[in-house]
Amino acid sequence: MIDTSESRMSDHRLSTRQMAEFVANGFLRFDTIVPADINDRAVDEMAQLNAERLLPDGMKPPHSLTPLDECYPAPSAIGEYLRLPQIRGIIDSLVGPRPSFDHDWVHYIPGGGTYLQPLHVDATADSSDPTFDIQLFWYPRAVRPGEGGTRFVPGSHLTRVRSSGLHRYQHIVGEQQVACDGGSVFVFHHGLWHAGQPNPGAGDRWLYKIRLNPTEPQVRRWNTDDLDAVQNPPSDHFFARMQPGSVAEVFRTWHPWMGITDYRNDQMQRALLWRYLTGDDDFDVDYYLTRLEGRADLMERRG
Amino acid sequence: MADRSAPQHSTTRQQVLYLWLDGSSLEEKVVGWAFHDGTDGAGPQLPDTGEPGKAPYASGVRALCDGWMLLQSAQLMPPAPGQEHLNAYLEYEFVFERRVEPS
Repeated sequence: MIDTSESRMSDHRLSTRQMAEFVANGFLRFDTIVPADINDRAVDEMAQLNAERLLPDGMKPPHSLTPLDECYPAPSAIGEYLRLPQIRGIIDSLVGPRPSFDHDWVHYIPGGGTYLQPLHVDATADSSDPTFDIQLFWYPRAVRPGEGGTRFVPGSHLTRVRSSGLHRYQHIVGEQQVACDGGSVFVFHHGLWHAGQPNPGAGDRWLYKIRLNPTEPQVRRWNTDDLDAVQNPPSDHFFARMQPGSVAEVFRTWHPWMGITDYRNDQMQRALLWRYLTGDDDFDVDYYLTRLEGRADLMERRG
Repeated sequence: MADRSAPQHSTTRQQVLYLWLDGSSLEEKVVGWAFHDGTDGAGPQLPDTGEPGKAPYASGVRALCDGWMLLQSAQLMPPAPGQEHLNAYLEYEFVFERRVEPS
């Protein structure tokens, strides 16, 4: 049984600033977080899983709803990756210590592969509550710029869209394409717009993606030692007074594809997600929620 | 006389350009684009910005200056009740065309 006690995780949980960046951008990046020996052994295992998962016999992924701790028991390089304390610290912070397995997939793009995946979100149009799944994208081999790295749109994760509705967008300003050293992991909010890309390079592009569902409220699961110091009051307002170094400062990240209305709406959605994550129902950034809630209160008091 | 054995080569071809702007005016900044080329590469292409990820035109008006004809502007719709503060698709979509005669 894996030890997921609070004390073991304490050194590897995310900071409040990292959590705020995840809320503002929809992803976190961890370069070379997986040791080289696990990356080396994992590629063979990924290839086997990729080849056999849909065959009558052979290697199979876990069943959906399997507790993460029971996925890929030893000996398994994928299991070793999922049980790395630094990976579990990330997972615990975002979806708690007992997430369940949703699904995984190996995305293999051989050198010279030309398939261009349209921009999409996984699964269905989102629910209206702020709960979220995470998807970990693990690249065990280096991905050179333009050679099959996943395309994604920072800040797109809190939109309400249908997957096929995004196919139209060939290019969006501010989008990124993964390029990284081997052993790097990108953690996506499940709503982040993304797409596989062609690989004109000579080397194969390997990606192991896993989606995890929280089974408990995602409230204050990270290392909150710094939370009180950076949590701003609801009065924190760009057009009035601001607290330097606060969560609100992170939430003022303006992605290049956003017009002014998109930006303000997204700030409101970030604030609502942060209220869920922190349990602080008064939290706000730039006063958008507080202003409306104050006026709503007038109607309540009218009797 | 035209060569009737190959009528497809004498047909005007359409190029379509989608631009998504960051506001409702054609003067505003391009934040997304998509290009569909009915000439299959034989006609004029988008300007090479020399910088990956940089839009081919700074605004909708700059596309007009490069010979693109506006076909459709985004309709301005009030948000549905309860949806006032939700983002979805890129809102300000403008569709352009160029008609390219066979050479």
